[in-house]
Amino acid sequence: MASPYLTLVALRMRSQTAYRGSFAIEVAASLGATATGFAELYVIFANVPVLGGLDFDAALLVFALGHIAFSLADLVVGHLDTLPNYLRAGTLDAFLLRPLPVLAQLITDDLSLRRLGRTAAGSVIAGVALARTAPGWSVANAGLVALTIVSGAAIFAAIFVSAAAVQFWMVDGAEFTSSFVYGGSYAAQFPTSIYTAPLRVLFTFVVPAAFTAYLPVLTLLGLPGPFPSWTGWCTPVAAAGAWAVALLGWRTGLRHYTGTGS
Amino acid sequence: MPVWGTLVGLGFRRWSAYRTAAFAGAFTNTVFGLIRAAVVLATVGVAGGTLAGYDARSVATYVWLGQALIGPVHLGAWTDLAQRIRTGDIAVDLARPVDPMLAYLAADLGRAAFLFLPRGLPPLAVGAFVTGLSLPATPLPYLLGLVSAVLAVGVSFGCRWLLSLSAFWLLDLRGPTTLYLVLTAVLTGLAVPVHWFPPWLATLADATPFPSMLQAPIDILSGRITGGAAVAGLGVQAAWLAGLLAAGSLIFRFGARRLVVQGG
Amino acid sequence: MIIEVEALERRFKAVKAVDGLTFAIPAGAAVGYIGANGAGKSTTIKMLTGILKPTAGRARTCGLEPLRHRRQLARRIGVVFGQRSQLWWDLPLRDSYRALAAIHRLDRAAAGRRLDELADRLDLGEFLGTPVRQLSLGQRIRGEVAAALLHSPELLILDEPTIGLDVLSKERLRVFLTEQRELHGTSLLLATHDMGDVHRLTGRILVVDHGRLAFDGTLAQLAGHVGAERIVVLDLAEPAPDLTGVPGTRFIGAEAGGLRQRLAFAPGSSTVAAVLAAVAERAQVHDLTIEEPDIEAVVRRLYLLGSAS
Repeated sequence: MASPYLTLVALRMRSQTAYRGSFAIEVAASLGATATGFAELYVIFANVPVLGGLDFDAALLVFALGHIAFSLADLVVGHLDTLPNYLRAGTLDAFLLRPLPVLAQLITDDLSLRRLGRTAAGSVIAGVALARTAPGWSVANAGLVALTIVSGAAIFAAIFVSAAAVQFWMVDGAEFTSSFVYGGSYAAQFPTSIYTAPLRVLFTFVVPAAFTAYLPVLTLLGLPGPFPSWTGWCTPVAAAGAWAVALLGWRTGLRHYTGTGS
Repeated sequence: MPVWGTLVGLGFRRWSAYRTAAFAGAFTNTVFGLIRAAVVLATVGVAGGTLAGYDARSVATYVWLGQALIGPVHLGAWTDLAQRIRTGDIAVDLARPVDPMLAYLAADLGRAAFLFLPRGLPPLAVGAFVTGLSLPATPLPYLLGLVSAVLAVGVSFGCRWLLSLSAFWLLDLRGPTTLYLVLTAVLTGLAVPVHWFPPWLATLADATPFPSMLQAPIDILSGRITGGAAVAGLGVQAAWLAGLLAAGSLIFRFGARRLVVQGG
Repeated sequence: MIIEVEALERRFKAVKAVDGLTFAIPAGAAVGYIGANGAGKSTTIKMLTGILKPTAGRARTCGLEPLRHRRQLARRIGVVFGQRSQLWWDLPLRDSYRALAAIHRLDRAAAGRRLDELADRLDLGEFLGTPVRQLSLGQRIRGEVAAALLHSPELLILDEPTIGLDVLSKERLRVFLTEQRELHGTSLLLATHDMGDVHRLTGRILVVDHGRLAFDGTLAQLAGHVGAERIVVLDLAEPAPDLTGVPGTRFIGAEAGGLRQRLAFAPGSSTVAAVLAAVAERAQVHDLTIEEPDIEAVVRRLYLLGSAS
């Protein structure tokens, strides 16, 4: 007897890849965000040699790592920003009537493999940027990159879940909450040092976007930053904190939903 | 021609039902404006205080005007028409005694008119508070800017109309739509001013209608170009609008004929 | 008791959707829960299944407090919302059962046998491979019922299962549900505003109106109480004299010179078969239809009686 989650995920995957032509288009379409983000950096560095203390290659590395992390989170929980659709269609009621946690059912309901296109594109850029910045091959460096990607994805996923939780109260507020999700991912593409103090605090401690790429890259490349070098290793801590908030918010939101039934 | 006025009014009223959505959109534009302003300000800072004619305050103004125009100009996907073509509802539009394209354009202008203040004012207010704005002190740039903004809505509509018409021939519009979204995000000057583009990209951008959607009205509204240059800018926008609408009308006729002949 | 409800209340802002309900349903029973649209049926069901918190009062389903033990309860009940789907929209119907079997952690062989049984009885075979979104409403509802029964629940709750179904699909579903109850002893709570469902499926009915219990008893008692008669419309082969004096019925009238005649009878006092047999001795019946009493009318009459007494 396989885990129910494996069965659910397998079923979803099959339905997504069933129409190959359409799936290929979706994969290609997911590259749009990569192209836009890359073009933006390219134009900026056509004018100036450094931005926020990073040169083009280092900035590309920040962009690419944040991009990979976000695309992975988007793949797993990206559909959570359509929670109001689930509420309106009654799908959430159906989830509530099944003997599995609602969040787990929701997550396994729509893993979007098409977003792997963006992950792949981000990986290529990260590979090129790593080769050009040449931090040197060591177990510590490889470990830092891997840890950053996994924990960064967890941070973005937690932000998605938190934003979805808020939508239990604001069914028409998807755009408010998604401005934090997508704003956070957009902010993570740039060195946090360019922001004014309030935004730096926001993107470091509230929506911890700085931990998804900028701080680890400083540590990886041995660049000076606002915090001691070891903070680059703290992405898992930030992820744990983000998930604690997200799960608490989700539980409260679900309780609010069964309390109001709206 | 009272019919067009009525259609613009209908478009306005239809959109005024979505006040919350307009407010949420303004909120998103403002959040992104804060990030974009930080990026361009840092860039100008590294460049030594000015870059391609922008200083700190004027480049921030550029960002906030852009964020204010996103909603009315409608940079992004538009599915209404493609949906009607796919479902065959377009036949209803064909049966009406007004030109479908101009009717949709009128509705789009009404939409833009409604969104102008609720989507435009919040980013500008936050911008004025956070970074400061440098806006012209004489009325003429605003007057020309208003004309330019209306033309920008028209150019944007023309592009969206052409994109949607591909639904007559394609089942799946996600590919073309993505390409369109990337092009608008980059070539309109939304994230980074077109004046910062390296020469090859600037040449490419100028060969497309995209700068006419955002860069042109921002240039005129902010007083970056004035007088004869501003009028020339309006001329370029008007030329793009005329070309896009002519192409849109022609291609729509082909598509409609295909619909009539093949029965959907 | 499979369901126990005590002074149950649910307010939405100022409106009391459910207002002080008290009733109990023993295990194995089949109960019709009827009321007009908006009477509070769905709200009650949501509280019984743990997806809505009562404002006051107490509900127990399968001996559990629904809200606190929602997931545990989910293993023991099956729920069908006629207008909402619990199936996977874009997948073949069969895959929904695969997913549900996994969710309920059913043994693969047992789940397979159960699905075979359900597919056979509900005639799902021909469209098991069809994506749910392409199913007709009748097919989908049969699919939904099978989904709710896959894990062999003790209690089946149906919320408007026959709404929008054609006559044949309704009948097929009713036959199936009767049979399942005989085979497995499943308890049944059927919320509906279709009196036909109630006639065929349940022994006891609860009538809810404005969130309050307006009646609790058998159908015959309800009929006796408010005169919820069924009407048989008989189309005869040849014109015949008025069919008065058929046992257990009341003659209502004749049309077309006696070609079409109407008889009313209370559900407790006769059956369609008995009426048909009695009539057949006096005239040749060409066709017949049955007009069920309108639930809105029944509730209105109940309400008038209640306020008069």
